[in-house]
Amino acid sequence: MKTPLLPANTAFWFLAPALILIVVFFFLPVAASLLLSFTDFDIYALGDHERLRFVALDNYLRLLGDPLFWTALKNTLYFVLVGGPLSVAVSLGAALLVNHRLVRFKGLFRSLLFLPVVTTLVAIAVVWRYLYHPRYGFLNYLLGLLGLDTVDWLGDPDWAMPAIILMAIWKNFGFNMIIFIAGLQSIPVRLYEAAVIDGASTWRQFRHITLPMLAPTFVFVTVITMIGYFQLFAEPYVMTQGGPANSTLSVALLMFQEGFRWWNLGYAAAVAFTLFLIILTGTVLQLRLRRREI
Amino acid sequence: MRLIGFLLMPALLGACGGDREKTVLEFWAMGQEGEVVQSLMPEFERLHPELQVKVQQIPWSAAHEKLLTAYAGDAMPDVFQLGNTWIPEFVVLKAVDSLDNRLTAQQREDYFEGIIETNEIDGRLHGLPWYVDTRLLFYRTDILVKAGFSAPPKTWNEWLAAMAAIAALPGGDRYALLLPMNEWQVPVILALQMGSELLRDEARFGNFRSDAFRQAFRFYLDIFRRGYAPAVSEAQIANLYQEFASGYFAMYVTGPWNIVEFEHRLPKSMQGRWATAPMPAPDESYPGVSLAGGASLAIARSSSRKDQAWKLIEFLSEPEQQLAFYRLTGDLPARRSAWLHPDLATATRTQAFKTQLERVVSTPKIPEWERIASKIAHYTEKAVRGELTEEQALAALDKDVDRILEKRRWLLRKRAP
Repeated sequence: MKTPLLPANTAFWFLAPALILIVVFFFLPVAASLLLSFTDFDIYALGDHERLRFVALDNYLRLLGDPLFWTALKNTLYFVLVGGPLSVAVSLGAALLVNHRLVRFKGLFRSLLFLPVVTTLVAIAVVWRYLYHPRYGFLNYLLGLLGLDTVDWLGDPDWAMPAIILMAIWKNFGFNMIIFIAGLQSIPVRLYEAAVIDGASTWRQFRHITLPMLAPTFVFVTVITMIGYFQLFAEPYVMTQGGPANSTLSVALLMFQEGFRWWNLGYAAAVAFTLFLIILTGTVLQLRLRRREI
Repeated sequence: MRLIGFLLMPALLGACGGDREKTVLEFWAMGQEGEVVQSLMPEFERLHPELQVKVQQIPWSAAHEKLLTAYAGDAMPDVFQLGNTWIPEFVVLKAVDSLDNRLTAQQREDYFEGIIETNEIDGRLHGLPWYVDTRLLFYRTDILVKAGFSAPPKTWNEWLAAMAAIAALPGGDRYALLLPMNEWQVPVILALQMGSELLRDEARFGNFRSDAFRQAFRFYLDIFRRGYAPAVSEAQIANLYQEFASGYFAMYVTGPWNIVEFEHRLPKSMQGRWATAPMPAPDESYPGVSLAGGASLAIARSSSRKDQAWKLIEFLSEPEQQLAFYRLTGDLPARRSAWLHPDLATATRTQAFKTQLERVVSTPKIPEWERIASKIAHYTEKAVRGELTEEQALAALDKDVDRILEKRRWLLRKRAP
């Protein structure tokens, strides 16, 4: 009956604390919210569990027929498809600039460009709301100097999402920039030296050495950016509350509103799992495409 | 004031001697009220030396979530402030204690009838009105006079005539009335004035295609169709006060908080040129009804210090404290006797609210109401923008509201088999 402690068991006991934490604080809540998404848990059920009904896939079916969900999905895709590539491009551009051999005080510039990433979003939002102010904002002042019409950045349904994208890119590009810099620094210098001897222009060096050598970094950065951007929440939450006319309502914000404003936790859980499936599909697709390219 | 309190504190602490343990009452209040009410607490603690009040201030934007989360996590305070329209929800949760045995009949009579009714669910009182609010007409007296009206409109017909006259005045880009099209309040007030039930069969279904609601809705849309009101949402009005002063609009349906705002923010030259008036009525029954709004104080059912908690509510409801609170915040007292004080009796703009408060009705007292109200705002905006016809908007509204009320129908069926 007595089993001696095998080496494998020893490893298990050392891992156990971490595993227990993950199970208790991650897998159990996820499983619970999956169950929740098959019920109509709401304010009535919160007061008395007798009032909870099992509704099977009803929440998911309702979601597909909810115009608000489609609006939110459309807005989120707009943010991911426009904001994502722009963000990656800006990060790469910044990384190339900061990493250029002619640049002095590299450390200083890296830190400065990284600062927005570690700044509290709410503080950023306060400042950007001033920048976007339709009458007294700096951006409209600039437009005025150029002789252009001013824009009601956060009040006009057509401009609110571009305004959110601009702010989100400014806040987030520093993180990807650091990763790109690491990628750039791992490219052996001899490749560039050989190319220079062969007479390759700067552009060709970039196209045929830098870009291919950065491919793994690219995969990582685009996947991480896409996953992060799909979960767009804090920016519209603090800047616009999803308005005007729902033009900045994202799927995550819809989930929050359903869950904590209207307290329809069952429905909100269904939104959460739908968003999870969308992100999973996006990630798998992207990895497939990249693998073929590499 | 605060400094004096600070200086006195060691003396007070010394006087207590510390040998008797004080009972600590936890009190949650929202926004500006939460900040200001703290200055009333030293007096309460002086009157009740055995009690100590811990006030926690919660921003309005997070208040509803915070209260529900506190309920779910069994961390409710003893006393808390809550918006009138939230009461049905907290009654469903059984989170608030009934106040029936605590409030005397004499005290009850001092409250505005329409307001205290919003606190009564199934015949039981669950909260005590703390301060009140409702909506009525703010208008530019000079523009109305120029248009040929020496008094504010008393009926819908007079109202329309005044709007037509203002719209006909020379001077370009100007409107008679400002109605932010993403707000549900004005369409609902008009419907209540027509006697619309809003919801039918004990609030089992939406009732938005009824004649009463339809007529009110048409009147509302007509104001936009005839160009008396600009089709803008609240966020698009950059500076309300500046626009009012410049005459961009001459009338606005809003609440008591704007009395203070208008007095502070309008230029001096404008101060003699605006006034308030009760809502016009569809017929001769002036004033027309408006919404019973405001905030109440409630005792959490989970509290183990309910008697002490009631002492705090009773203190804050005393006419003197209501007056002190009015002076500090501009919030209107819920008790009629507080209105007799010269401070209020001589404030003409505020007196219009007194008249209106005698004519207020409650929106349906069900937990789903806020959600239904947001749907009304949504479809009203679509109809104003012309994306939906009147008929389509009302049909869609009924459909959405019926969906929201599905759970309620199920519960009512279950209760009475």
